[in-house]
Amino acid sequence: MTSIGTGYDLSNSVFSPDGRNFQVEYAVKAVENGGTAIGIRCKDGVVLALEKLVVSKLLKHGANKRIATVDRNAGIVSSGLTPDGRHFVSRARDEAAQWRKLYKAPIPTSSLANRMGSYVQAYTLYSSVRPFGVTAIIGGWDAEDELPVDGMVGSGPSVGSGGKQEGSKKGGPSLYMIEPSGLYWGYYGAATGKGRQSAKSELEKLDLAAGNLTLEEGVKEAARILYFAHEDSKDKEFELEMTWISSKDGPTKGRHEEVPKELREEAERLAKKALEGDEDDEDTKMEE
Amino acid sequence: MQPTTGMLGEDGIHVDMDHLKKGEVNLGTSIMAINFKDGVILGADSRTTTGAYIANRVTDKLTQVHDTIWCCRSGSAADTQAVADIVHYYLGMYGITNDEPPTTQTAAAIFQDLCYDNKDQLSAGIIIAGYDHRHGGQVYSIPLGGSLHKQPYAIGGSGSTYIYGYCDANWREGMTEQEGINFVKGALQEAIKWDGSSGGVIRMVVLTAKGAIRHLYLPDNGYTGPGTYQA
Repeated sequence: MTSIGTGYDLSNSVFSPDGRNFQVEYAVKAVENGGTAIGIRCKDGVVLALEKLVVSKLLKHGANKRIATVDRNAGIVSSGLTPDGRHFVSRARDEAAQWRKLYKAPIPTSSLANRMGSYVQAYTLYSSVRPFGVTAIIGGWDAEDELPVDGMVGSGPSVGSGGKQEGSKKGGPSLYMIEPSGLYWGYYGAATGKGRQSAKSELEKLDLAAGNLTLEEGVKEAARILYFAHEDSKDKEFELEMTWISSKDGPTKGRHEEVPKELREEAERLAKKALEGDEDDEDTKMEE
Repeated sequence: MQPTTGMLGEDGIHVDMDHLKKGEVNLGTSIMAINFKDGVILGADSRTTTGAYIANRVTDKLTQVHDTIWCCRSGSAADTQAVADIVHYYLGMYGITNDEPPTTQTAAAIFQDLCYDNKDQLSAGIIIAGYDHRHGGQVYSIPLGGSLHKQPYAIGGSGSTYIYGYCDANWREGMTEQEGINFVKGALQEAIKWDGSSGGVIRMVVLTAKGAIRHLYLPDNGYTGPGTYQA
């Protein structure tokens, strides 16, 4: 590590002569050790999934949820320091609530990502704080329907509003990933944590940009990818946590919810089978 | 009756004039906004009074708060101007920070937030009308207490009490632009005729996919012209 002993890594907000901020880079290192987290933007929804490494046999299975709901239609999964992730989520909820108070409507996922990006970036500027030790993935569904103003009464003309133009539909699924520097991009598929490299290469194979993957397929792929990414740290046990958000007409009715137990277990069963299948292939190759 | 909140008289319709400070300028008004086939039309008279004195006979009560989001103001001139100014600022910031123009819903929500939170201090009855490609034309009404109502059309101000019957009899959904203009003009003419606190010219704004177009009709020629001009 070139930074050690130079003194340029001792305080936040200090640049090294070659233009790096070491405290931020150390925060990235903290993320690289966390359990793998991924998000998949499907054509009819978003899946968030997390590889939760079991740190103690005394922990209750299925308790201690780590994927949080921010507003009805948005969720966050993070990798890295869990308490930092909790604080991040807390701030995201405040932002969503503040938006609702003023605009009487849910916050668009893009605006939530923008505000959280600004918040995280502010933690790279001052010597009194340290950067966030998390990379967070934000998934949301912005309603394509016309939303009423919260608390409003009445409706417009029974024939509908005049002058609407076709093809100006909006909303749909969105996925963002925010890094400790505050940098954020919108993604089709996002991965962070220990197994991010193999997870990313698996996500790329899905050709998500084509927009063909359905939400149910996405759930199964998410489970498979996390099991695949876990291969390198096989010795450790892990739990799979998974949430999803669909359109109003889909299984979650536009809400961010945990994937039902049956579906998750089915996805895990298929994931394990796919891994075993890979191993069998390797065996046959050996025999050749 | 408790004299603390609201500015309505005991009939629940008329504004309690005693609420205003001595010399405060009041928009004893006739305002309205309607949905039509291609968008919305806002309309208003132009009289501003200080008690019995007409402080301005050519007032513009139709105020722009964003490109195609406008409002009709009634009540205290000072209060409604201040509220519209604040909303104008908010919507401008919204458009810049979110990379997309605010919707009429957004404007209505901010107006309501201000009108409800400050209901004890304000004397403002506001009608919001706006157009955007996704939602088409929309009309919202925020009466004195700060509640929010989405309506096919809305009327407001002291003059509106005289035209409930006219509007109910002549209102049709999905009118053409010309039919809409005639409806608004006809209603406001009646309001001006019967309401002593309304008068002067008739102003209108038509909001469609093509943007905002202003109309002006003078009493001199029986409210037939001069007609349209670019907002």
